[in-house]
Amino acid sequence: MNSFDYKKEITVDAAVKAAADNKAMFLAGGTNIIDLWKYNLTNPEKLIDINDVQEISTIQLLENNGVRLGALAKNAATAYDPLIEKKYPLLSKAILAGASPQIRNMATDGGNLLQRTRCYYFYDPDVPCNKREPGSGCPAIQGCNRIHAILGTSEHCIAVFPSDMCVALAALEAVVNVTGPNGDRKIPFADFHKLPEDTPHLDNNLEKGEMITSIDLPPNHFSKNYAYLKLRDRHSYAFALVSVAVAFEMDGKTISKARIALGGVAHKPWRVPKAEELLRGKKATMENFATAAECILAGAVGRGDNDFKIPLAKRSIIRACEMALYPESQIPGAGPSL
Amino acid sequence: MENKPLIGQPLSRLEGYEKVTGNAQYAAEYNIPDLLYGYVVNSTITKGKILSVDVSDVLALQGVVKIFTHENRPSLAWFDLQYADMDAPPGTVFKPLSDNIIRYNGQPIALIVAEDLETARYASTLIKFVYEEETFNTILSQNLDKAREPKIGMSTPLKPPPPKPTGNFEQAYASAEFKTEAKYRHGTEHHNPLELFATTTIYEGDGKLTIYDKTQGTINNQLYVANVFGLKYKNVRVLAPYVGGAFGSGLRPQYQLFLCVLASLELKRNVRVTLERKQMFSFGHRPQVIQSLRFGADNSGKVTAMNHNAVGETSAYEDYNEILVPWSHKLYPAANTLFEYKLAPLDLATPIDMRAPGGVSGMHAIECIMDELAYKLNMDPLDFRLNNYSEIDPSTQKPFTSKELKQCYKKGAEKFGWHMRNPKPASTKKGNRLVGWGMATGIWDAYQFPARAEVILTKEGRLEVHNATTDIGTGTMTVMTQIAADEFGISVDEVSFFYGDSKKPFSMFQGGSAITASTGTAIVAVIRELKKKIIKKIKDSPNSPFKEIPEDQIVFRNSGLSVKKQPDLFITFQELIKANKGKEFKAAKLAGPDLLKLRKFSKATHSASFVEVEVDKDLGTITVTRAVTAVAAGKIINPKTARSQILGSMIWGISKALHEETLIDPNLGKYMNANLGEYHIPVHADIPEMEVIFAEENDGLINELGVKGVGEIGMTAIPAAIANAVFHATGKRINDLPIHFDKLMGHHGY
Amino acid sequence: MENNSSILTSLTINSKDYKLELLPWVSLLDTLRERLNLTGTKKGCDHGQCGACTVLCDGKRILSCLTLAVTKNGSDITTIEGVADGKELHPLQKAFIEHDAFQCGYCTPGQICSAIGMLREGKATTREDVKELMSGNLCRCGANSGIIDAIMQVKEGIDHE
Repeated sequence: MNSFDYKKEITVDAAVKAAADNKAMFLAGGTNIIDLWKYNLTNPEKLIDINDVQEISTIQLLENNGVRLGALAKNAATAYDPLIEKKYPLLSKAILAGASPQIRNMATDGGNLLQRTRCYYFYDPDVPCNKREPGSGCPAIQGCNRIHAILGTSEHCIAVFPSDMCVALAALEAVVNVTGPNGDRKIPFADFHKLPEDTPHLDNNLEKGEMITSIDLPPNHFSKNYAYLKLRDRHSYAFALVSVAVAFEMDGKTISKARIALGGVAHKPWRVPKAEELLRGKKATMENFATAAECILAGAVGRGDNDFKIPLAKRSIIRACEMALYPESQIPGAGPSL
Repeated sequence: MENKPLIGQPLSRLEGYEKVTGNAQYAAEYNIPDLLYGYVVNSTITKGKILSVDVSDVLALQGVVKIFTHENRPSLAWFDLQYADMDAPPGTVFKPLSDNIIRYNGQPIALIVAEDLETARYASTLIKFVYEEETFNTILSQNLDKAREPKIGMSTPLKPPPPKPTGNFEQAYASAEFKTEAKYRHGTEHHNPLELFATTTIYEGDGKLTIYDKTQGTINNQLYVANVFGLKYKNVRVLAPYVGGAFGSGLRPQYQLFLCVLASLELKRNVRVTLERKQMFSFGHRPQVIQSLRFGADNSGKVTAMNHNAVGETSAYEDYNEILVPWSHKLYPAANTLFEYKLAPLDLATPIDMRAPGGVSGMHAIECIMDELAYKLNMDPLDFRLNNYSEIDPSTQKPFTSKELKQCYKKGAEKFGWHMRNPKPASTKKGNRLVGWGMATGIWDAYQFPARAEVILTKEGRLEVHNATTDIGTGTMTVMTQIAADEFGISVDEVSFFYGDSKKPFSMFQGGSAITASTGTAIVAVIRELKKKIIKKIKDSPNSPFKEIPEDQIVFRNSGLSVKKQPDLFITFQELIKANKGKEFKAAKLAGPDLLKLRKFSKATHSASFVEVEVDKDLGTITVTRAVTAVAAGKIINPKTARSQILGSMIWGISKALHEETLIDPNLGKYMNANLGEYHIPVHADIPEMEVIFAEENDGLINELGVKGVGEIGMTAIPAAIANAVFHATGKRINDLPIHFDKLMGHHGY
Repeated sequence: MENNSSILTSLTINSKDYKLELLPWVSLLDTLRERLNLTGTKKGCDHGQCGACTVLCDGKRILSCLTLAVTKNGSDITTIEGVADGKELHPLQKAFIEHDAFQCGYCTPGQICSAIGMLREGKATTREDVKELMSGNLCRCGANSGIIDAIMQVKEGIDHE
């Protein structure tokens, strides 16, 4: 616990080099890693403070008219960035639905992708958890699982990925730029996080020593019709039980392109491209939204306490699709109403 | 300039400056030299034994000073009675580190003392316990077969068993024209004051300790420490000038106090022990409760039969009681009643009183079934209550010292606009939302404990008032100052109230909404004593202008003495002191309730709450949009702080109804959401528009001040009012609290 | 346990410069409370879930419990002790007293620091916005209405300027 070395690095190259050691971790906003460390859930031997790496801290317009989010851009700065507010208002909304203003001032965009699950059992070092201690078991399956996953689970893990921002990034088909000992690579957002399968201790497909440097948002026409709907146990500052990001490209009353991503239901932001295809070229009607919702929830399994998430997710999808037709009615913090 | 009467004035909190500047110091915030830090280690099993402890890794750590476990705990007081604090329920009190038995998950099993906080915390991860585990029971609903009568003990008079049956309930219920039955389930709740439990112990040498502790009872904890550690009472001083919320959790000494004092005495050092947030879930809590009710009414809308049966959770070692079931008969004059209350011992820590203990859970059930019955009768829920209104206490047939509940109903309904309500459920829509209005009655006892106060008119002509009570955020310090200033005819800034210190004259712990009545009454009594002394002195003095004035004509006002019809005859307190050769005046007095007089009366505070909710028709999300609570609680000393008490308790009601619950994993026997991220208390965004109305209630019987207390009454009606509003919005009765929106999902149509 | 892994850290706190030898695992919150006796900043959860430890770091509201002090080398920190101008209280402090925006007082420093940061951010227009953007600060006593009333009063004063 108290035995880590601390080093501040100011360039990506130096940081990646410093991370070549065993059990080194990057420290950015710290809003999750310090929390986990205090619970004795993570034990870095070395923390590499990358907060002053200026080269990956900015938000810039790309040549293709997309936008690049530096990995160290803060959540709040991103949500309120004029470029993001104008071109990707869905992302702004999703970020502002998460955490608290203080945390959004600290947390970084890259760090948001790397936050760990909020599963009660993962967070308790004194009980079994396959994510924390592979092979120890998953008490959530038979236990308090109201907050747990209904899609893409395995017999080893039913944890959910807690991010709001990433639900929007999934819908927007962002691309994650990473660098590491073996050079740079681009990871499509859908491939960044993984399902638990039999390796629930891994949340994502980052290789050892790799660092997120930025997140690219491709150009799109989703800035007119979008919605982020989040359902939780209080009106703010709580993790999603179910959240839905919807983005439409509309041609009159016809949907020419649809993206729907769910949060709070799986080990990663949940997208079903087939369901989005179902909506392409269709009228924006409740019936069509319902068909898409059924398709997205196909194969969902409840474990008792979380059974409600299946009907709730369907209704939330329908509602979010409806909200996306009238985005101006989405007052921040006003809850899921039209 | 004439002093304005202070009682009834909305004074801002006198300690406000300290609180907004960060100068107010709480138990863990005293800058003590050479301080050691203790960190508590808790059991990770639910029931069983510790077989062995391995501390070798801890000892190897630089900065660790000492590890206390059951293996090396010094021998201390032997008898349970010596550990029994003033609020100890019947049973065998838990004695930290006294043996290797594990009674519940999270039980403290070691204290690690180190030179700094971080080292102590780190060391706690290195200590290794080997356990032998036993099977356990922690879920009330699975253990109802274990329910039995509560044991009788010292605290039984304060929390008596339910009254005996009246009439013949079964017969009356069977023949009632209208009847309804329902079951209500409440989960576990934890107080979670924002301040973590903490103790700072200063080792003064020679068996003498000064202790800054988070507590609601300085004297309670002083006696506990002295008894347990065999110290002289006068050598133990417990201070709690600022308490960062407690809500009942500080009614008993908590284990960090024991462990901190133990370490301080053993090491002869200054020690601080602060709990972590997750450890705030490792002692008392509001218990799980399952209630079954059957109410019957006749054609005229009179309640004829009431059966209220409750089973509460307690620990395996103490019988924690609540007053859950008798409340309906303090309100509604049904002739046939049957009240039952049992306890099921579980392998959990002993519950402890939590804001409006018993009352808020019992009233939720009572006022929901009343709502249901009103619908069966096709009566407006408020009319139904008025139709069953009783001016006297039906359970004792005694009159109340005062009861202005009718005024609460009327003023609350008016403010809320209740008469515009369309009674049909699910009849009002607003976009995707269904709007529902619900109301409920609240009731709470009006307690008064004995208290002693001391006053001094100082050489400077100021008034000092001394009493050991705490101010846990209730506004006690301000209110007591107002009472004293008014009684003595002096301005607020010439009064100093000294409190939060076991060295001061006696006060019970601050609970049950009793302190304004208890300490307040003692202050009035002692100031009257002081005035008598002063009058005697001044009349006896040679050349005194008051010599010939009859005693009852001498008045205290404008920081001096005067005569009723001769305001020109006036001497200031400073002049009085000078006349007394510069010597101060002093008085001390114990005061308590006038039991002989009060025996003939019932006493209670009352309230009525009216709530509007909006429920999303598809998603089930519930938003409280408006809430009005009208309260009858006798004289209101300070409308500003009293209003805050009511607003705060209304929010507690909202939280109980819609948000907070501690989850227990049945297979692990432990709380799983022991943090403020997953134990949901309301955030600002959850808080609706709220109104508080105080009914005029003149009570010349209850005590000298006519006060009853406002800490709890505002909570008691809210959960039922919300549940009833949710029914009105949706047509669904959800009887399990909290009503998480997904509970509406289980119903058809949702 | 100050050993050779201590790191020299410069912090400006309430306009005063500090040079501190700190171990890397000491939070900013524990630095303030246990090492500098600036106990106005409160520990309510130590895990970023209550907001009681909110301070202003280079003008922005952050949680000091989730901040390792060494990472803030060179930063300018304002805690509740630095909010008033000498004896003259900050308008928010005055408004909190006037509106009885606290009971036990334990969440109060965090609420005030957070409100200063919130008003500076300039993203709140309505009362509902203020409630949402103050929701990172819990109050268990239920002084919420007073807190929002106090902030709205100060905010309206600023808006009229």
